[in-house]
Amino acid sequence: MAEAHPVGFQYVVEAKNRGATVIHIDPRFTRTSALAHTYVPMRAGADIAFLGGVVNYILSNEKDFREYVVAYTNASMIVGEGFRDTEDLDGLFSGYDPELNVYDQSSWQYEGQSDEGQQEGEAHADRETASGLEQESHGPPVPADVPRDPTLRHPRCVYQILKRHYARYTPEMVERVCGVPPEKFLEVCAAWTRNSGRERTTALVYSVGWTQHSVGVQYIRTGAIIQLLLGNMGRPGGGVMALRGHASIQGSTDIPTLFNLLPGYLPMPHHRQHETFRQWVDAIRHPEQKGFWANAEAYAVSLLKAYFGDAATEQNDWGYGWLPRLTGDHGTYQQVLDMIDGKIKGYFLLGQNPAVGSAHGRAQRLGMANLDWLVVRDLFAIESATFWKDGPEVATGEIVPEQCRTEVFLMPAASHAEKEGTFTQTQRLLQWREKALDPPGDCRSELWFFHHLGRLVRERLAGSTLPRDQAVLRLNWPDEEPSGEDVLREINGYDVATGAALSNFTDLAADGTTACGCWIYSGVFKDGVNQAARRKPGAEQDWVAREWGWAWPSDRRTLYNRASADPEGRPWSERKKYVWWDPAAGEWTGYDVPDFEKTKPPSYRPPEGASGVEAIAGDDAFIMQGDGKGWLYAPSGLIDGPMPTHYEPAESPIGNPLYGQGANPARKRYDRDDNPLNPASPVYPYVFSTSRLTEHHTAGGMSRQLAYLSELQPEMFVEVSPALAAERGLEHHGWAHVITSRAAIEARVLVTDRLRPLRVDGRVIHQIWMPYHWGSSGLVTGDSANDLIGIVLDPNVLIQESKVGTCDIRPGRRPAGADLLAYVEDYRRRAEGHDG
Amino acid sequence: MTADNLGGWPDPQPRMGFFTDTSVCIGCKACEVACKEWNAVPDDGFELLGHSYDNTGGLSANSWRHVAFIEQPVPTDVLAEAEAGPGDMRWLMMSNVCKHCTHAGCLDVCPTGSLFRTEFGTVVVQEDICNGCGYCIPACPYGVIDQRKDDGRAWKCTLCYDRVGDGLTPACAQACPTRSIQFGEVGELRERAAARVEALHGQGVGEARLYGHDPDDGVGGNGAFFLLLDEPEVYGLPPDPIVPTRDLPAMWRRAGLAGLAMAAAVVVSFLGGRP
Repeated sequence: MAEAHPVGFQYVVEAKNRGATVIHIDPRFTRTSALAHTYVPMRAGADIAFLGGVVNYILSNEKDFREYVVAYTNASMIVGEGFRDTEDLDGLFSGYDPELNVYDQSSWQYEGQSDEGQQEGEAHADRETASGLEQESHGPPVPADVPRDPTLRHPRCVYQILKRHYARYTPEMVERVCGVPPEKFLEVCAAWTRNSGRERTTALVYSVGWTQHSVGVQYIRTGAIIQLLLGNMGRPGGGVMALRGHASIQGSTDIPTLFNLLPGYLPMPHHRQHETFRQWVDAIRHPEQKGFWANAEAYAVSLLKAYFGDAATEQNDWGYGWLPRLTGDHGTYQQVLDMIDGKIKGYFLLGQNPAVGSAHGRAQRLGMANLDWLVVRDLFAIESATFWKDGPEVATGEIVPEQCRTEVFLMPAASHAEKEGTFTQTQRLLQWREKALDPPGDCRSELWFFHHLGRLVRERLAGSTLPRDQAVLRLNWPDEEPSGEDVLREINGYDVATGAALSNFTDLAADGTTACGCWIYSGVFKDGVNQAARRKPGAEQDWVAREWGWAWPSDRRTLYNRASADPEGRPWSERKKYVWWDPAAGEWTGYDVPDFEKTKPPSYRPPEGASGVEAIAGDDAFIMQGDGKGWLYAPSGLIDGPMPTHYEPAESPIGNPLYGQGANPARKRYDRDDNPLNPASPVYPYVFSTSRLTEHHTAGGMSRQLAYLSELQPEMFVEVSPALAAERGLEHHGWAHVITSRAAIEARVLVTDRLRPLRVDGRVIHQIWMPYHWGSSGLVTGDSANDLIGIVLDPNVLIQESKVGTCDIRPGRRPAGADLLAYVEDYRRRAEGHDG
Repeated sequence: MTADNLGGWPDPQPRMGFFTDTSVCIGCKACEVACKEWNAVPDDGFELLGHSYDNTGGLSANSWRHVAFIEQPVPTDVLAEAEAGPGDMRWLMMSNVCKHCTHAGCLDVCPTGSLFRTEFGTVVVQEDICNGCGYCIPACPYGVIDQRKDDGRAWKCTLCYDRVGDGLTPACAQACPTRSIQFGEVGELRERAAARVEALHGQGVGEARLYGHDPDDGVGGNGAFFLLLDEPEVYGLPPDPIVPTRDLPAMWRRAGLAGLAMAAAVVVSFLGGRP
């Protein structure tokens, strides 16, 4: 955190000064470790074994916050008889289809849940479209009434299933899998549990490298399970917070840059699953289900009204037919492979540098070299705009500049200081930013670019009667360039007749009288005022600081904050008082906007057969979930299992110590000659991980072009332990090269005690570490660590496994030119020989 | 507190300085960058030094803040290692800067008056007066002030004289995310520093100590002083800095006496020579 989020780390320092214990768990000793009380080195890619060990510690020592767990989680729910655990099936859950490598999830369901199962091929389509990302924010269908055992003794209740699932994740097993000594592990367990309960809460903060694994979603799930068991969700000082990789990455999922989502986590329609508007809406709201997604039709209609204006009518299903449809995997990695195959002709890159920043750099560059056109909007001529003349493939002869067919348009972009708008951070807080100065020269904002691009495209298409052109022609596109606040106003939503700003998503209607660009952001322009621009200093208001910025939804600072009170609505403790029921006034009150219907008492129980909001009981704190409960066990929705299980990374030097199944069986693979994966082989004996340095920003587009940052970390380097340096003959400050089946890259060597070998499963594992900031253009250049990485993805959200892999490292510089290809190929051949 | 009007100003301001608390430094180098941005200091070349994460190397004409990185594998003895395991080490980070000495050697030797004592008690080079004679460079006991190769003039931290004069915080302290660099009145900073050492000792960090805070040291105390977690030498700081001009008055006195004696001798000899 100190390394990649130094500004946020000030709060860790402040907490430490006030007596907090800081523990840092990381494969390498970083600037964060330097300020921690305890540093715990561990093997990259073994996090679920570690966290599963924490779950086991909590359950076997009964350290869970029992009243919270019984009331607010699904611990007491009974799971159907058909479910089989990975403990029973040696690393597989029930329902596995070995041909498609996917699960039929029907056996994971609660008892009595409609067990119609999934349709043929549905699980496959779900993985192709990263449906886990959609489900993340609105639980999949679950009936309101599930059999429960509040004593938690039923052998098929979630609590007991969880307990059995993690029983083998003992401190000794954690040591064997992660290389962490039991006393260090138990120190973490003790600190975490001691600081949780009625009087205290613990926040789990992770950075997004945690997600970049073939079991990335399940990493986060394990963290969420611990936080639920300890009562750390929906309470002040608790939660699971993702530290994003850039400003406003939260915003870019809320109003997404993702292929499978529309604003506010509405799913992008699938051509077969959502042929009609009704099918699409019902797939979101699940008519029999509890919770606020039941009103999804109002959100969906209002979005279509924002898109298509007067052209969206009830008769034409609000223009639903004009929305694009998913036909399969359109994720960024599939797209790149499709470019290599000649299936994609054009590409827009906005503030993104995949030639350096994405996994398998060679595939990225070869794909981009096989387009008709490529538009790059950035601050500088980044590698994704110059790969055709200076990329590594030019040196190997794979790209010939004179023959490269791609026409590249580099459009100079305005920086964040040169345009107005909002950033949304990890707490879902929107903060308005003013424009500090005009962009230089021809640099322009995204808003300017897209407004005029849309205007020009619409002019070209004017009069067309082709069906494919209608969506663009019917867009509600202003003639005048809008301001940032105009856009925010549309996102907020307005009354179609009067144009008045709406004050909350509860104002949205399904009859076409409201338009709203993103339902969860509704209220950010309440009363016609830019609420995100509020900047009352913290010293002038209470500690919740509600007059700073605006948080979605409904300006709520902590989600699910009903859980900060006990089932009867009383604060769990005076110290952790946050939102509570006021019996005299007959309403919920507190420091934050209650995340509950204001006047629904804790004693409320839904009538028989209720659904939607009416079905939410007075103690159903997790109001967006289909059963109103926080999920320790996911009865459906996750593609790779209802509970996190330790799997080895797709590339690992060891077998899975826990199960016969090595890697995540449902991981998304692209088995192609141009995407080889390292077999388990002594040819690639070492584990590598990559991450950032404080001094640079991601792929370097914003830092390697600046002298004051470039001089601070001027060269690509690789960190190795003294033991590995001795084993391979690597010299400090000298050169070395790292080899995988994708590439060989060279770097200067830093021999440091900050990396150390670990004893894992009875053998010594060496780990090496590299930053990934360098590429071929800029003030300082160097080989790119992401070139080493192959494409294998988490099945739920299609994120790449880029934080762990296997490799070899050798002293000296790598071969150059065509010799480099032969060198990498020779490694592959030798590894396959060993493998066979 | 410090009413020491070092510059002899008719209307002195409180003495201002830095307290750099290395126990909370995270080595982000925001101080180095902010300093260069504000003061338009040129880059110092793109060279990987291999000194942990330090690629600045030291304070120079082109680096007025410098973050040192010291990797310390601990413990060193075998017995302790067996108990502590291989996981324990320290990575010390420290943002170094001009000390703005009470008795500043650079100021003492400057023949042009380019170096002067400001109304805030800080020591500043006036770039339009400096003639590049370089006398100040060996006069600094810390090796801080340095000549820029391309123009020959001497450069160093100004404690952001232009910002402080406008009531602003110096750029480095403003940018520091963890309040490792604190700016303020020297007297108040000394009290804060003493309290911080006491707090750290209370938390079991017995090795915390101050450096450069003592008005009785060889430079009369620094306007910019530090909390360190090890001996000064570990950070590349002199353990007992002495302003080289300290003995100058005595030397001049002795030289004066010697001159007088010689003059007297001459007089005597002439007198003695007269018949």
